[in-house]
Amino acid sequence: MPETNVKATGAPVNYASFPDQRGRFGDYGGRYVAETLMGPIEELTAAYEKYRNDPGFIEEFESDLRDYVGRPTALYHAKRLSELYGAEIWLKREDLNHTGAHKINNALGQALLAKRMGKTRIIAETGAGQHGVATATVAARLGIECVVYMGADDIQRQAPNVFRMRLLGAKVVPVDSGTRTLKDALNEAMRDWVTNVDDTFYIIGTVAGPHPYPLMVRDFQSVIGREARAQMLEKTGELPDQVVACVGGGSNAMGIFHAFLADESVELHGSEAGGEGLESGRHAAPLTAGRPGVLHGNRTYLMEDENGQIIGTHSISAGLDYPGVGPEHSWLKDIGRVHYAAITDDQAMAAFHDTMRCEGIIPAIESAHAVAHARLLAEARGGQRILVNLSGRGDKDINTVAKLEGIEL
Amino acid sequence: MSETTKQPASRLASLFERLKGENRAALIPYITAGDPDAQATVELMYAMVEGGADAIEIGVPFSDPMADGPVIQAAHERALKSGLGLRGVIDLVAEFRQRDAETPVVLMGYQNPIEAMGVAAFVDKAASAGVDGVLTVDLPPEEADEMSAAMGERGMAPIFLLAPTTSAARTREVASKGSGFVYYVSLKGVTGAANLDTDALAAQVKGVREACALPVGVGFGIRDAETAGQVGRVADAVIVGSAIVRLIHEQASAAGGMNAQGLETVRAFLAELRSAVESARQ
Repeated sequence: MPETNVKATGAPVNYASFPDQRGRFGDYGGRYVAETLMGPIEELTAAYEKYRNDPGFIEEFESDLRDYVGRPTALYHAKRLSELYGAEIWLKREDLNHTGAHKINNALGQALLAKRMGKTRIIAETGAGQHGVATATVAARLGIECVVYMGADDIQRQAPNVFRMRLLGAKVVPVDSGTRTLKDALNEAMRDWVTNVDDTFYIIGTVAGPHPYPLMVRDFQSVIGREARAQMLEKTGELPDQVVACVGGGSNAMGIFHAFLADESVELHGSEAGGEGLESGRHAAPLTAGRPGVLHGNRTYLMEDENGQIIGTHSISAGLDYPGVGPEHSWLKDIGRVHYAAITDDQAMAAFHDTMRCEGIIPAIESAHAVAHARLLAEARGGQRILVNLSGRGDKDINTVAKLEGIEL
Repeated sequence: MSETTKQPASRLASLFERLKGENRAALIPYITAGDPDAQATVELMYAMVEGGADAIEIGVPFSDPMADGPVIQAAHERALKSGLGLRGVIDLVAEFRQRDAETPVVLMGYQNPIEAMGVAAFVDKAASAGVDGVLTVDLPPEEADEMSAAMGERGMAPIFLLAPTTSAARTREVASKGSGFVYYVSLKGVTGAANLDTDALAAQVKGVREACALPVGVGFGIRDAETAGQVGRVADAVIVGSAIVRLIHEQASAAGGMNAQGLETVRAFLAELRSAVESARQ
């Protein structure tokens, strides 16, 4: 994979040199997995190291991003939203990707890698279903068997995406353990992988998990930031003052942040799910209100109780409803390069409606957290140029929104 | 064997030394602490020793037991409902030690509860309680230096897993960083997985021995006296988990808790396993 086009020289931190060989971003990341997975992870690391710089692989990935996914996505000046919020707001339109979100960038990259490694079976976990749909999509296109693990409660909440995955030929397996949501789906996918390591490739949907996943997923998603940075320069002649993206596991945020890390003048802001408010305890904001620990193969900020048990999370947005976060975010928080804040369900919903009525764009409720965050930044500073990653479209969410308003569809 | 001042790691070492003389494998049952409740755990430990357990593995309940199959996952969930945490589990070991100074006890669990408690505090409390070894499922040797060093200072053994996917080079590395014994995962998969191929296992254990001088315990897929006997022929320790956890749950749910009859059933199952292990190499 070609490195980002930023100039790291002169910057105090060489961001491109992270993670290190052990998969560490400072204290975070690493490989906290059972021994059975260490062999397969070493195999995956070797394959990824080989192909990330292989011209044939890069060319296949980039041509598929162009012709199948529909990249580059547009950078759009949201003028009426800018007027409403009192800042110059630009939207990176990841909602225009095939399957409706940024998730396909990564699913495509990993599926192409799986094919090169000769794997004949793909598994994935999904929360809201966006990563599951993206994985089922690329698996269908490559003719590879696909199994998607999904919490039993999420299957109830996201029935249309479940049906989409089944239409695409994927098997959707309900997970009844634990909190019956995304984290448990991830546990179950790990269990499948450990059982079927010989022929199976596990496509993790976010910048978390054991090394090399946080690196690999960031690389596949970093096309977002490379495009957006060049588009901003082309359209405005300058870099944005601020870049904002929502953070669940954090893949769309790492994807857009990475190209801007070395641009010291650009402030980076991550929007976590504040749920019903941090003081309520019902949220999914490990960076804002959690502490470091070990889960799902990496050390990172987590939502946990005093005994180190992972606690249930809450967000109106299923895609942000996760108790952990990618380790690179944990590091970027600690070194102060990215600022993280919690956006409540109510703030996100207000931004959801603003974006629809001002711009005729249905944002995913996940992405609406970033729009709401931009509004807060605009109120605090005023008049700045803010780039928002509109990570996905919200057609999948209209049932949720109708229910909130007491409407039966 | 009887002096109570013995350093914990030596309990494991002297166990394997003695069994070498007896030409048999150790029988090591696993139970999840707090299932069905905390008090039953200590009673079950005594009952298992009475039935013939040579050492005991105690599972520390965790919300996300990624390497465990459905039987042990459910046990973790039941244990967590009672609010039992890592400190509580260590207290149970201390209670067990009041009447049993000899049987080695190994904690098996996941890293996050240890991190939450703090590695130094955990090692200190566990060593004081009489824990002999710790197997942290999601802490491979690459990530274990801090823990292993702290444990070594207090005479506790860091116990690592080996798997069919582990290369010979890794096996040597694991062997150099572990102590007590190594836990060979006989199957790709999670705990409670299906069928064991004992012929393949013999070859695998032979391969492990070539790269590893520590005693080799084998777990995963051992469900009854027959499979225990087969594994006992080739391994230094036979580790039985899901079959016992399932039995405990059946007894406890039928009686609304662990009563005398339930304890006797578990003791009798251990006796059956022990007898199979004893006759395995005859």
